[in-house]
Amino acid sequence: MKTNIRVNNTIHQLSVDPRVTLLDALRDVLGLTGTKKGCDQGACGACTVIIDGQRILSCLTLVAACEGQHVVTIEGLAKGDELHPMQAAFLHWDGFQCGYCTPGQILSAVCAVQEVHAGVPSHVTRDVRQTVNSETLSDEEIRERMSGNLCRCAAYPNIVAAVRQVLSSGDSSTVARSAKVEVRS
Amino acid sequence: MKEFTFERSSRATDAAGAVAARPGVMLLAGGTTLVDLMKIDVLTPDTLVDVRPLGLSSIDVSDDAIAVGATVTNSQLAWHPVVRDRFPVLSEAILSGATTQIRNMATVAGNILQRTRCPYFRDVHASCNRRQPGSGCDALEGFNRGHAVLGVSDHCIATHPSDMCVAMIVLDANVHTVRPNGATRSIPFGKFHRTPGNTPHVEVTLEHGELITHIAIPNLPTRRSHYLKVRDRASYEFALASAAVVLDLDGDTIRAARLGLGGIATKPWRAIEAERSLAGRKASDDAFRDAAEIALAGAVAREHNGFKIELAKRTIVRAFANAREAKV
Repeated sequence: MKTNIRVNNTIHQLSVDPRVTLLDALRDVLGLTGTKKGCDQGACGACTVIIDGQRILSCLTLVAACEGQHVVTIEGLAKGDELHPMQAAFLHWDGFQCGYCTPGQILSAVCAVQEVHAGVPSHVTRDVRQTVNSETLSDEEIRERMSGNLCRCAAYPNIVAAVRQVLSSGDSSTVARSAKVEVRS
Repeated sequence: MKEFTFERSSRATDAAGAVAARPGVMLLAGGTTLVDLMKIDVLTPDTLVDVRPLGLSSIDVSDDAIAVGATVTNSQLAWHPVVRDRFPVLSEAILSGATTQIRNMATVAGNILQRTRCPYFRDVHASCNRRQPGSGCDALEGFNRGHAVLGVSDHCIATHPSDMCVAMIVLDANVHTVRPNGATRSIPFGKFHRTPGNTPHVEVTLEHGELITHIAIPNLPTRRSHYLKVRDRASYEFALASAAVVLDLDGDTIRAARLGLGGIATKPWRAIEAERSLAGRKASDDAFRDAAEIALAGAVAREHNGFKIELAKRTIVRAFANAREAKV
């Protein structure tokens, strides 16, 4: 069936079997292999992409259900040779070892930072009535907000450090530069 | 994955009609349960109808209630400022489940209709009365550490996995539906899910071709409500035991209390007798413990899940104590 989707600001008309997931369409049809297939059953987060400003799992998303939507993948973050601040932070803090989970980690982190700037609570927020503050956000908060991305190399401390750096830079417009992140509430 | 055709619908009655027309048609929303189960051949619809274009994705706030559209995402609901303010138990319950990515996809109606995570249900080579009526239940004598102790039968002991539903049941939510002919009805949340009995495959009171349009949640008499979840990992894990509580206090005396339980029952569980025992008592840990004993009085354990009975009692006491201490 035919589906129109926008990926990293390029519109594609895809003609695919309805069984094809967004993950497989990105990798096998569009050749965007930065999005990784880990568990392929919604458990690991390696396939995380941003759709219409929100992080989601591309392995549990049918591409036929993405009609008219805007997908941002890891390939869409950098501006030419200029890395996105979250990519730079992962490099600076060595937030990976094998790198397989990294594209999903980075896209998830971009959204996590934006969610914090929007003030929304997480499971570990003491009082959900509170508006969280990027200045005072605990490492426990960062870990909870990133818990959908598993890293079998256990680079977690450095991932938390990378997210912390971008959070502390306080420049949410820079964070959201390429991937316009929206927090719907 | 078995082959299927994919349809989009823009009217709720059309979508309901498409389902009613044939047994093999299913509605697709966020896909976090359905696509997952289709990949492992547990669900094999011949047609999917995408309901996200139906325009059922708003949260309408009024002075005495909120109405939550069927395809509102779990994140949207948990993060909504009015939900956080009036119904903290609901925000807390949702945020304790899954991950941000999954909550961004999963819808409210999909959460209500999600299937059990019982490993025998998910394995097409195992016997499961829920998946294949009459085939037996491998969980009864199998590895049943995660299984239910309340609402069980000799045909099924699968746990209802939702956190959100445990909050919904203490909020006295109502599930609103529409049929292909446009007829609507409202189902009290406590009557929506069924215990397995001898028909575990009949999980809810919805008819085939009846579509959820929205969930109505009336205001609580108090701002004091709370969800506590106990699990094997700190994040991204289903509950071993959970409690949703509402505590209406007059000084240190309980005017009224509500108690919902998750992780230990075959459906989102409401402990009405335990609630009644609390009315008029001092809000003490002893009163909460007495209520917990009542709530678990009918519990039936199998080989590996007996620990859940004491765990659930302590979870109840802690949840009420947290609610009592909360600044509201």
